[in-house]
Amino acid sequence: MNAVSRSNAYNFGFLDEYAKKEVRRAILKAIAIPGYQVPYASREMPMGRGFGTGGLQLTLSLIGPNDVLKVIDQGSDDSVNAVNLRRFIEMTCPGVSTTTKTAECTLIQSRHRIPERPLTSKQIIVLQVPYPDPLVVVEPSEDKRKTMHGEADYSRLLVKLYEDIVKFDEITISHRYPTRINDHYVIDPSPIPRWDVPKLHASAALILFGAGREKKIYAVPPHTKAEPLAFSDVPFRVEDFRDEQGRRRACARCGCTDSFLDEFVTDSGIKTYQCSDSDWCNEKMALARQTEGKPA
Amino acid sequence: MNKILEVRGMSKIYGPGCPLCIESTGPEADTNLCPHCGSVVAIHDVSFDLFEGEILGVMGESGSGKSTVVKSLYFDQAPSGGEAIFYDRDKQYALFSLNAAQQRWLRNHRFGMVYQNPHLGLNFNISAGGNIAERLLMSDLMDYGAIRERAKTLLARTEVLLARIDDLPKHFSGGMQQRVQIAKALATQPPLLFLDEVTTGLDLSVQARILDLILEIQQELKTAMVVVTHDLGVIRLLTGRAIVMKYGRVIEAGLTDQILEDPQHAYTQRLVASAL
Amino acid sequence: MTPPILQVEAYGKHFWLHEQNKLIPSSHNVSFSVSAGSLTALVGPTGVGKSSVLKGIYRTYLPSAGRILYRDAQGHVLDLVRASEHQILELRRREIGFVTQFLHCLPRQSTLDVVARPLLSLGVSRDEARQRAAEWLSAMNLPERLWSVSPATFSGGERQRVNLARGFIIKPRLLLLDEPTASLDPATAERVIGLIEGLKAEGTAMLAVFHHPEITRRLADQVVELAPLPAVEEALKDFA
Repeated sequence: MNAVSRSNAYNFGFLDEYAKKEVRRAILKAIAIPGYQVPYASREMPMGRGFGTGGLQLTLSLIGPNDVLKVIDQGSDDSVNAVNLRRFIEMTCPGVSTTTKTAECTLIQSRHRIPERPLTSKQIIVLQVPYPDPLVVVEPSEDKRKTMHGEADYSRLLVKLYEDIVKFDEITISHRYPTRINDHYVIDPSPIPRWDVPKLHASAALILFGAGREKKIYAVPPHTKAEPLAFSDVPFRVEDFRDEQGRRRACARCGCTDSFLDEFVTDSGIKTYQCSDSDWCNEKMALARQTEGKPA
Repeated sequence: MNKILEVRGMSKIYGPGCPLCIESTGPEADTNLCPHCGSVVAIHDVSFDLFEGEILGVMGESGSGKSTVVKSLYFDQAPSGGEAIFYDRDKQYALFSLNAAQQRWLRNHRFGMVYQNPHLGLNFNISAGGNIAERLLMSDLMDYGAIRERAKTLLARTEVLLARIDDLPKHFSGGMQQRVQIAKALATQPPLLFLDEVTTGLDLSVQARILDLILEIQQELKTAMVVVTHDLGVIRLLTGRAIVMKYGRVIEAGLTDQILEDPQHAYTQRLVASAL
Repeated sequence: MTPPILQVEAYGKHFWLHEQNKLIPSSHNVSFSVSAGSLTALVGPTGVGKSSVLKGIYRTYLPSAGRILYRDAQGHVLDLVRASEHQILELRRREIGFVTQFLHCLPRQSTLDVVARPLLSLGVSRDEARQRAAEWLSAMNLPERLWSVSPATFSGGERQRVNLARGFIIKPRLLLLDEPTASLDPATAERVIGLIEGLKAEGTAMLAVFHHPEITRRLADQVVELAPLPAVEEALKDFA
């Protein structure tokens, strides 16, 4: 009942159908040209730009009553941003169910992380993007950047990596690692950590990127090559999470040693580490409890 | 000796252009500004050949169009007419019929340019070594160690202190900036190099050493060069042949010693007489 | 009899000075031929255009009239008046040398490198070129301590020897000599005369202008006397 009365106030998915159609067309084009930034008319949303309005418009254009949605921010389903977005979608998309479980969802809107659990071909992940163009750091003119993308001219981006190695003996880019898609366009894969970059490569799920403020949509379609920029003798590597003794750190909660870890400083000033992906961590703990419960 | 570059009837007009532009401009008209439509005829009907390993001088005062010649050939600007053929080993390229990506490929792989203003040739926000790396990365060398070694070799060759390889060019002296520009231009060992007033504005002693360097490089690498300058001393020192330009037209072409000792055109005679 | 290597036919040269609107005659109706292994001397009073003939052959001057037929190493005959710039440059590199009283060279290049340079452009290795440059410089009696210094600081006589060494080093088929012994002391002049005779014996054709009639008598196999220049009007007729 409630849902019906709300739906009288707003169209399903908040956006009007024409706006959704335009976004869907942009998505199709983005899938057709992997890594290419498709411009679209980003609508005003009832929240400030920079709070995930780009990702939200994608989600609202894609979502249907049968979808199961998961919203994450920095790996967590419970942070303020994730909770707000989820509530907004629940409010404007009556009948849609939400979950925190990666395994159960069909659509994920995420900020800064790709879940640890491998995504499937039945799933779509939408990433919120603050800065879509990796060339913006080397070329201020968008007109020139378009030409550079068109000609796959990324040498100036590579010089940045060169300078990084000169200064620090390694490539220090921690997130937004420039990644070449399908041997042509280089994308800014949104502020995901290096850890998540290999997940872009040959992903089973469709990966979409939405930048609300910059009005761009781009995609890494399923089973598409995604290659982080690197030198042949200084290869790309992910975070290794080793302690001073060179041992792989483990999650303080679930004990996992093969997930992306967040660093916390406890009240007593000691550093501890925890899985960034809360669903992954919970799942591991549940599994551990099960095994413990069983007689040996 | 093989031809490396053939330029025929190259022209560049800034502005709308009109049927009277050509006849109303040039050395006889004493202007390059068309009085009828206000267009600037920067160059008109420029033709010359360049052979492998040869240095050709393009001389003239400011406004003669000499820089437009090399900037058009290096694709910094598109000419309004004419053609230029670049002969590269067993291939040949009609430069002005290529698409942007093909032009960029030639620029990065087979041509080099040294500008009067180092801001045009160097990125001042990245290190000297990074500038050279950029050109190597453009030509698809993707090995950091190899890039680093090549940058060091080039800077050593152009007499830039290796200790400064990671410094920003904006902290370099003018002469040093030109050396880094030359090193960058030579990074891909191009068979064709354009030099646009490279020593103008430098101290005389610095000028002399840069010119020495250019000559040494030409002797070592047999690079063909087009040298644009208003300085007769540079023409005498570097070039074997030269063309003289005025108001966008080539008014005289010949062997450099002949142009300096037996100039034919009134303007060249005045130029040579005033230099001696 | 072998055909001459160089045949100058009715060579004429004048300068048109636009600024002063004035015609300056320089050479008029000069004809002669030069054979391999012989030395031809141009004689005549000052201002009769002896150097002008040499420069016209070398194309430092653009001839105004006549033909200059040169038979190259392959036996092809070429009119140097009409030859392309690249043909001239190639001949200068391989076959035709010119020794003047003046030397244009890099003020910062060592004498040894200045002399070796013509060989380098022929593809001779740097070490070998410098070795041969050293041989010529010692044959010219130039003190070894000067070899590493730039000729820019040299006296007239020292510079002249550098110039000669550089002209001789490629053993050109045709050598143009403009007062090659003018500023040499008698002992060095003798050496240079010996070297000229040596080169001639090896087959080089030479066309020379000498300062001293005595040297002309000693070296020349043929003497060409240039006639005084006609009045400007005559030259103009020639021009038309």
